[in-house]
Amino acid sequence: MELICICCPLGCRINIEKNAEGFDVRGNSCPRGKQYAIAEMTAPTRMVTSSVLVSGGKEKMLSLKTDKPIAKSLIFDALATLKGVVVAAPVNEGDVIKADVLGTGVNFIATRSIEKA
Amino acid sequence: MDKRNVVIIGGGPAGLAAAIGAYEAGERDILILEREPKLGGILNQCIHNGFGLHTFKEELTGPEYANRFIRKVKELGIEYKLETTVISFDKNKVITAVNEKDGLIKIQAKAVVLCCGCRERPRGGINIAGCRSAGIYSAGTAQKLVNIEGYMPGKEIVILGSGDIGLIMARRMTFEGAKVKACVELMPYSSGLNRNIVQCLKDFDIPLLFSHTVVDIKGEGRVKSVVIAEVDEKLVPKMETAREITCDTLLLSVGLIPENELAKQAGVELSPVTNGATVDDRMMTNLDGVFECGNVLHVHDLVDFVSEESELAGKCAAKYVIGGGFEADGGTKVETYGGVRYCVPQIIEHNDDYEPFPLKMRVSNVFRNVYLRVYADGQLVAQKKKQISTPGEMETISLKAEQVEALRKAKEIKVGLEENK
Repeated sequence: MELICICCPLGCRINIEKNAEGFDVRGNSCPRGKQYAIAEMTAPTRMVTSSVLVSGGKEKMLSLKTDKPIAKSLIFDALATLKGVVVAAPVNEGDVIKADVLGTGVNFIATRSIEKA
Repeated sequence: MDKRNVVIIGGGPAGLAAAIGAYEAGERDILILEREPKLGGILNQCIHNGFGLHTFKEELTGPEYANRFIRKVKELGIEYKLETTVISFDKNKVITAVNEKDGLIKIQAKAVVLCCGCRERPRGGINIAGCRSAGIYSAGTAQKLVNIEGYMPGKEIVILGSGDIGLIMARRMTFEGAKVKACVELMPYSSGLNRNIVQCLKDFDIPLLFSHTVVDIKGEGRVKSVVIAEVDEKLVPKMETAREITCDTLLLSVGLIPENELAKQAGVELSPVTNGATVDDRMMTNLDGVFECGNVLHVHDLVDFVSEESELAGKCAAKYVIGGGFEADGGTKVETYGGVRYCVPQIIEHNDDYEPFPLKMRVSNVFRNVYLRVYADGQLVAQKKKQISTPGEMETISLKAEQVEALRKAKEIKVGLEENK
C-alpha cells in the first residue's frame, strides 16, 4: 500500500507491505515516517470535528470535536450519532455534548461557548 | 475627536495578539475596532483542528484557539468595539469608523496597527468562462454557510484550487453528506498543507487532479456541470482533454488577497509580490507610526505565526508611543534572489534596541535539497537546509542576537535559495 507521510512537509511516498515479521516499510526518510506508516496500517485514528444546531442561543451552530482521536473506520458512524441533535443554550466550551460515542469512551465536546439569546 | 494611543484595526488573530503585545510592552491605552459582532475573526468559522501546535503545543480547533486570546484580552481589560467598521484612515492617523451605538466616530491615534486580514480571490479574479448560475461559492463562504449558518450550499461538489480552505471544505462537505467529486488544481503541485491533502482528500478517496482547470460552467439558474481540462506547461488548457463533471456546486479555493483598502487610502506603500505593506523589522510601514501584521501583511499558512508576528507588531507600536516615536535611520533593504519570492521584513533598521525578529519568506517553485541563505555585506550570516521547500509552506529563519546585530550593521542584505552542492 502507498501512503503519503504527513509528519513533515517532505511528504514522503511510503510503500508498506505486511510480511512475516511485521511490516516492510520503504520510501520513508526518517523513523517517524516508519512509525506513521505502521500506525496507518494497524490502527489509524483521526480527530473528528463537526457542528450541531443550537436552540435559544445567540448563535445558530455549535462546533464540536472528539476529545480524543477515534478509529478512522468509525468516523461516519460517529458523525451519524449527531444527526438530529439540538443543544439548548447556554453552552460552555468543553461541555460534553455526546458522551461515550459508539461505546469508544470518546466524547464529542463543545469547542465554543454560546450564550442564551 | 477621541484621542487614543494604540488603535488596532481588526479583532481577528492578528489584532488580538497585537493588543496583547502592546499591553505587555507597557501600553494601557489600547482600542481594538472589529466589524463583526464578535472577536476572533475567521477562526470562528474554522471549526477543524490543527491550530496552536507551535504556540500551545496542543491541537486546538479555530474557535478554541481564538478564545485563548479573547480571554486574555478580556482579562487584561483591553477595550474593544464590535460591529464597528473603519471607513477611512489617513496618514495623520485619524480613523473614521461607524457603528450603530456611537454613530460616526473619529479617533486621533498615536500608533495604528493594521490587522485587517485577507479575503478570498473571487470567480471574477480568475476569469472562468461559463454561466453565471447559482451554486458558485468561494470555499470560505461555503465554510461560513455550513459552520456558522447551518446551511448546506450543495450536494455534488467540485472544488477548483487546492488551497487549505478548499481541502478543509472537501472533508467538511463530505461529513455533512455531500459528494465531493474532484479537487482540480491548475499547478502541478498543491498550495495546501500535506496533512490536509491526506486527511481531507485521500481519506475519502476524493481525486486531486494536478495541472487541470475548470474551462466552463454549465447550467441555467443553478450549476449543472463543470467542464475541466488538463493544462500544458504554460498553464493553457488542452481542450482535447476536456471532460464534463455533473455537479450542483463549484467551490473556489484559488488564493487569498490581503485586504489593504484602508492602507492604500492612507498612502501605505504596498509590495507587488505580497500585496501587503512593505515593513521594517518593527513591522512599521512607510508611514510613521502605522504598523501592519498578520494576513493583511502577507498570507500565512499557520495562525501560530500570525500571532507571533502580531505580538511583535503590537510591542513595537507600544514602544513607539512610549518612546515618543522612532528615530528614522532608513535601514537596509532586504534583497531576495534565486527562487525566494519575498522576505518579510523588507527593511532592517540599523538601530539595535528593537525587538528580535525572524525572517519569513516564500519560494516560487518546488525545490529539493537546497539552502536558504542570508548574507550581510557578502558574509553568510544564517542558513537553513531544506530537503524540500514549496510555495505552499512559508519558510522562517529564526535569528540569534548576534545574527540580528550583523544584519543591523549591514549595508547590503541578501536572502536567497542555493542548491546544495
